[in-house]
Amino acid sequence: MTWFAGTQRAAAVAVGLLALLPLAYVATGLIEAGGDTASLVLRPRVGELLTNTVVLVVLGVAACVLIGTAAAWLVERTDLPGRPLWTALLIAPLAVPAFVNSFGWFSLRPSFSGLGAALTVTTLSYYPLVYLPVAAVLRGGDPAHEEIARSLGHTISRTFVRVTLPQLRPAVLGGGLLVGLHLLAEFGALQSLRYDTFTTAIYDQYQSTFDGSAATALAAVLVLLCLLLLGGELAFNRQTRLSRTGSGTARPPRRHPLPARPLWVVALALLPLAALGVPIGTLVHWLLTSTSAAFPAGPLLSATGTTLMLALGGAAVTTALALPVAWLVVRRRGRLSTVIERSTYVGNSLPGIVVALALITAGIRWLPALYQSTAMLLTAYGLLFLPRAMVSLRAALQQAPPELDDVGRSLGVRPHAVLLRVGLPLIARGLGAGFVLVFLAVVTELTSTLLLAPIGTRTLATQFWNATSEINYGAAAPYALLMILISAPAAWLLVRRA
Amino acid sequence: MKPQNARIFLTALAATTLLAACGSGDEPAGTTASAEKASLVLYNAQHEEVGQAWADAFAAKTGIKVEVRNGSDFELANQLVAEGAASPADVFITENSPAMSLVSSKDLFAPVDAATKDQVPAEYSSSKGDWVGVAARSTVFVYNTTLVPEAQLPKSILDLAQPAWKGKFGISPSGADFQAIVSAVYALKGDAEGAKWLEGVKANAKVFRGNSTIMKAANAGEVPGGVIYHYYWYGDQADGGANSSKTKLKYFGNQDAGAFVSVSGGGVLKSSKHTAEAQQFLAYMTGAEGQKLLSDSKALEYSVGKGVAANKALTPLAELNAPKVDNNALNGPRIVTEMQRVGLL
Repeated sequence: MTWFAGTQRAAAVAVGLLALLPLAYVATGLIEAGGDTASLVLRPRVGELLTNTVVLVVLGVAACVLIGTAAAWLVERTDLPGRPLWTALLIAPLAVPAFVNSFGWFSLRPSFSGLGAALTVTTLSYYPLVYLPVAAVLRGGDPAHEEIARSLGHTISRTFVRVTLPQLRPAVLGGGLLVGLHLLAEFGALQSLRYDTFTTAIYDQYQSTFDGSAATALAAVLVLLCLLLLGGELAFNRQTRLSRTGSGTARPPRRHPLPARPLWVVALALLPLAALGVPIGTLVHWLLTSTSAAFPAGPLLSATGTTLMLALGGAAVTTALALPVAWLVVRRRGRLSTVIERSTYVGNSLPGIVVALALITAGIRWLPALYQSTAMLLTAYGLLFLPRAMVSLRAALQQAPPELDDVGRSLGVRPHAVLLRVGLPLIARGLGAGFVLVFLAVVTELTSTLLLAPIGTRTLATQFWNATSEINYGAAAPYALLMILISAPAAWLLVRRA
Repeated sequence: MKPQNARIFLTALAATTLLAACGSGDEPAGTTASAEKASLVLYNAQHEEVGQAWADAFAAKTGIKVEVRNGSDFELANQLVAEGAASPADVFITENSPAMSLVSSKDLFAPVDAATKDQVPAEYSSSKGDWVGVAARSTVFVYNTTLVPEAQLPKSILDLAQPAWKGKFGISPSGADFQAIVSAVYALKGDAEGAKWLEGVKANAKVFRGNSTIMKAANAGEVPGGVIYHYYWYGDQADGGANSSKTKLKYFGNQDAGAFVSVSGGGVLKSSKHTAEAQQFLAYMTGAEGQKLLSDSKALEYSVGKGVAANKALTPLAELNAPKVDNNALNGPRIVTEMQRVGLL
């Protein structure tokens, strides 16, 4: 191994270890609390939170799977008119952060709270996570399987259950897993709807005790739930052959004629209306009617600037962290690289609040110089959003034949020129896509930013959050609108990729 | 590894290092001594506007810049404890005194200058002399006038633990305000009665987040009443009353635990590298100028400095008939544990 390969491997290992920091924090916290842990975990409050959290995750995932799959099937497999428009409208809710969506509902009706409210808002915010992968499979799938089932005498609905659904399984499971993890980590929306889960309770504990052992105990249960969810998805997602075996290209699927089309159009239109119309309508309403409505140019501009800078920095750091890992995974397959790759996914499955607490504790104890610095906040973003960069980067690297580099060298181009003229252009798209995905995630990030932002740092999300907490709805609205405006390109990017 | 791969990898590594370096350059200015004017770091658990207004006015007057880190009482107090001598903070102000007691119990405060102590009546300051009152707020019961006839109002905050009040009032247990009120009940009634009361409150209360939210819910008739501090109501009234027009305030008086006046404290950290300027800032906040700024502001909290009258809209502090409480004896962490025990946290 050359010295360089060694350094590169070491860097990848370092990134992998960094990604495991939150788990280490929870583990050491539990060990330190020792005997107290039992009394902190086995108390009635934890039982309440467990029920709340599990009920929300089970019902929320079920609702998102149902709605996301049904909507995708309607758009992709029926003769519903205006398919590109529907695709855009149904994905667009991703541009509205869940805590802005919940604001759209509860600020008009304060009694909108509890499980029903939480379920409504989170389903409207997260169903696109199921819709996207399912729609992709439905569009790309080979219709031959379904046609054979029909020719063997199955009805349309029976064909759907016995043939289409099994094909959709990986997409549905993947989307469902994402929804579940988002629900476990959701803070802003649930807190404002007065529905307590582990994440909101940890925040309360943090406010009352900073890094107290009660928060760690709750975090441990939450981490356990995350791992259960991850394990559950792996167990269900058995390997089955889904790609076609024949040669040639699949025909585009046949579209079923939809009975009572206007009815379906109205039903489907309700989704974006509730998920986009309500929050945006409410924001505009408060801007027009609230006494606290104001457009303070200075604070708005500076919050926008800070948000953009943090998002750019976060995206750069995250992409840079992902690069050595992706490189190792694609170019040097092996057990070590698989382990490192998996470990980087752990951060993303852990709620932002656990990652933030871990960094605070580590910062105070071992790295006081980094504590309360922008670097620490950017590290949190890196831990949280590494997989988003990894996915795009891996795909790009896999498609870039390593031989092209050798060709460049053999034609007499110097190494750094090969990098600039061959290497980078080949992975530029993947690099860019990962960068944008992370950028957009940072723009709407609330929990870690609330806990880790250095003195005087105000982002659009934290300013919106502070204003709504003081029920200054009019003052909050411009920040939310700016967030949606900045996030909109994300939805656009996803639509184009879909 | 092929050399071109190495280049890409090195570039990425450099980018990360560079970014980390840029980031760590943003350390709070208070940690580095500057040749010109010192700049202070204020850990502000008071309402953002209140702390900021003092910081800005002080900077305008003295040229000493004050950076403000906002947070909640116990968040920042526990943070100060965790940071210890390495804390970047110079001055700490809170909404309630239990967070001050916590920092005081760890001996992290420097003694307050004698002249500053003289600016505030002793009852609003630490008996240990390491922090002083900067503002005060009164506990009140906000109620919807249609849902709660005056005859049915609770006579004492202790009544709220009775079965008759089940589901009829809101509290905000995650906030330091309510935690301070609980600590006053414990201090005045003793641990046994306090614990019994807290269990009753857990059984009866509807949980909200934030005093404003409770008031808004009471105004909308979603809950008949709630335990909050006075200035949320006065603030909304001054702002048109959109969230309070259908409500009134009940002051418990009678030295009832529910008439508890909570003191917001201010202190200078021992670890401060700019003690003189920090003491100067504390003197400013508690002096005539700083207190008048508070009293005239939209915050509508009580000023506590000698010779500065509270905002005219408010019932004077002396008429509230509040119970006597040793402000530095209110035990915050103990109350948090109690609230965890009964399941409010």
